[in-house]
Amino acid sequence: MMFKTIAIVAGLGLALTATAEAQTPRKGGTIRMTAPYGSSFTSLDIHTTQRAQDEIYAKALHRSLYIWNSAEGKPVLELAKEDVVSGGGLVHTFKLRDDAYFHSGRKMTADDVIWSYNRIMDGSKAYPGARYVRVIEGAAAVEKGQAKEISGLKKIDDFTIEMKLTEKVDPGFYFFTALTSIYPADEAAKESFIQKPIGLGPFKFVEHVPGSRIVLERWDRFYKPGKPYADKIVVSVMGEAAARDVAFRNKEIDTSVLGPAQYVAYQSDADLKGTIVEVAEVFTRYMGMNPNFKPFSDKRVRQAINYAIDTDLIINKLVKGKAYRATSWLPLTAPGYDKAMKPYPYDPAKAKQLLSEAGYASGFEFEWTTSQNESWGLPIVSAVIPMLDKVGIKAKVKQVETAVLAEVVRTGDYQAFIYSQASGPDPQAALKCFHSATPQSACNYTTFKNAELDKIIDEAGQADDPAKRIQLLQKANALLYEEAPVWFFNYNKAVMAVQPWLKGIQLNATELTHQNVEDLWVDEASPAK
Amino acid sequence: MLAFLIRRLLQTIPTVLAVVLLVFVLFSVVPGSIVSTMSDDSDPQVELRLKKQLGLDQPVYMRFGTYIAQLATGDFGTSFRTREPVTTMIAKRAWPTLQLIFASMAFAVVVGVPLGFVAALRPGGLVDTLAMIVAVSGLSIAKFWLGLMLMYLFALKLGWLPSFGYGDGGLKYLVLPALALGVSPMALLARTTRAAVLEIMTADFVRTARSKGMSETRVVKWHVMRNALVLILTTMGLQFGALMGQAVVVEKLFSWPGIGSLLVDSVLQRDIPAVQGSILVVVLFFLAINLLIDVLYGVIDPRIRYA
Repeated sequence: MMFKTIAIVAGLGLALTATAEAQTPRKGGTIRMTAPYGSSFTSLDIHTTQRAQDEIYAKALHRSLYIWNSAEGKPVLELAKEDVVSGGGLVHTFKLRDDAYFHSGRKMTADDVIWSYNRIMDGSKAYPGARYVRVIEGAAAVEKGQAKEISGLKKIDDFTIEMKLTEKVDPGFYFFTALTSIYPADEAAKESFIQKPIGLGPFKFVEHVPGSRIVLERWDRFYKPGKPYADKIVVSVMGEAAARDVAFRNKEIDTSVLGPAQYVAYQSDADLKGTIVEVAEVFTRYMGMNPNFKPFSDKRVRQAINYAIDTDLIINKLVKGKAYRATSWLPLTAPGYDKAMKPYPYDPAKAKQLLSEAGYASGFEFEWTTSQNESWGLPIVSAVIPMLDKVGIKAKVKQVETAVLAEVVRTGDYQAFIYSQASGPDPQAALKCFHSATPQSACNYTTFKNAELDKIIDEAGQADDPAKRIQLLQKANALLYEEAPVWFFNYNKAVMAVQPWLKGIQLNATELTHQNVEDLWVDEASPAK
Repeated sequence: MLAFLIRRLLQTIPTVLAVVLLVFVLFSVVPGSIVSTMSDDSDPQVELRLKKQLGLDQPVYMRFGTYIAQLATGDFGTSFRTREPVTTMIAKRAWPTLQLIFASMAFAVVVGVPLGFVAALRPGGLVDTLAMIVAVSGLSIAKFWLGLMLMYLFALKLGWLPSFGYGDGGLKYLVLPALALGVSPMALLARTTRAAVLEIMTADFVRTARSKGMSETRVVKWHVMRNALVLILTTMGLQFGALMGQAVVVEKLFSWPGIGSLLVDSVLQRDIPAVQGSILVVVLFFLAINLLIDVLYGVIDPRIRYA
């Protein structure tokens, strides 16, 4: 079901993958990936950084308890071979791999897993992965300094762990990102670790040139037989799209994330068209409305905003088709996405009618906080303003930096803002951002409160039957659409150009640049040695 | 000379302190905090802990005092972002930036100064016109655009050079970024040299030398060049400082691992210790170059005394 959805939106990319699978992977060669998100890698300690940029190299260097399987569209076990669930869905007994070796040559054991999760919960360090590990019973106590070890984690033997959770959730969604990577307990405690990290991944650390690249080479004792295929991976920091374009055309790099302008250019170039892969990522772009700002407290006003904006026009003309129209919060690739949902149509007359009913027949004025982001920032706001003006709503722009915007949305210091927010991969967690118990500082940025929605989400959290859970989440998603706490703009269409000699690219809906690199390989046509 | 050097070095202290204070105050009043980029955790207590850990819970004057005390011991602090010592981060980035700046300036001097000389020797002629077109264009072209054009021509079309990266630090990786950065100071040096030479050529002492029967070659070599060099050196000194700032664009475009890109990344993520350290190094570099130029004045023109 999930893969079908991806297949619909992936087109060419799927063809590429299928071709790759039909061939015999070649051993050797160098994979040259790019880190396209502006700045240099934050740190070689992946526990300390939640940026998508950093996880690109971390997927090669480290491993977590689970891994994202793009083909199945869900997390699957990675460092464990088995998960036995008991205790009413709260207790998970993991049988760990006994063939996973750190790059130091030492075998991973249950102690390393426990040490890593305890490290992440060190409250004095505020590691970003704590928000995932906190789902283990007793983890919060460690974070608050009330306990030294997570009580819900028990070592049964060297390769067996018992994990007791505080909520009935799929732990896969909590333990698949690099933020919860398993470190070697002894080596990671040393100061030298930050300069020369040691992981369990298919490639080991060779070199980091800050601001320029990370070089990794094959780890011969990786636990998946025959993998990785390539000898080396080079991840270059390339924030400038135009520079990436030249380098890609010049065959100096194997992957390049494309912006809207390049997306159009590559589609119209016969030589480059076949290099494009695309996927609907689990991010929703939207304009959030502050319910404490009087007009936005009225549902009819919020709905009027959705009717007043010609969203399709903006997606087609401004975003150059590099997005999917949003129909509520859950994105296309989320489990539970309801294909039957239809977006708000462009209907200024209806918008005017709703405004009139709400007592704003002559409109109102608001301040719209935005970053300069080309896909969900100032250019979009500038295009929307005349549309809102048509129905009598005046918007004043307040431009801030991305770092400032992140703070603004979490503190509520806005009347309206435009943002891109993770809306997956776990649909339950994504919708829980609109639960009244979720604080604004977490992800309930519009301080949405609705008792009915709370009830449905809570019921979904208690449901044992996956089908029933999905049904409830769809209901919650539909209710959210009706309540319209935001202008539902689009779901990100991630687009990457991939050289024809690089095979095995996965259409990762959580982040296209995050590849399970052990599955990638280069054929003889690659110009890199 | 020694007294001059000591006096100049002492003069740098208030300058450095003023810059440190200014950067500190600026980053205390601008909105946004590294905490919002480090974690989007649900627990506000986590944010408070993070702020405490980074010392951001203290008043500005206390943080400034702590920082100055650290600086006095040569400690630039620890990066909020990478959790590495800032001195280590800057040390890793300093050599690539110096390579880039000196290569750019070498190109600017080797091309710009002779171009200005040749143009000034035949004012209004074809060479002069062409040289000034080059100079004006060089000053007008945006570095980002020029860098892209260089990539396009020398990497994509001709295939002579790599389009990006630091590689092994070899010359082939340095050429394009150095050209992109060096064209502007080259153009400025060409114009400065031309203007200086034209002015000196009409000076009384040059007319006197010619009337005494000195050959044109000797006039240019002994009178014009030596006198023009003072102005050229001044321009070079100022350009060195400017290049440090302008390197940001080129380093980002070419994925060059220098201080410029470190500064941009640090500013965007509000990594205050790294911003302060980077700016401090840039300021110190600028002051050192200016001091060196002042010393060179005396070497070139003995009439200049270190009063």
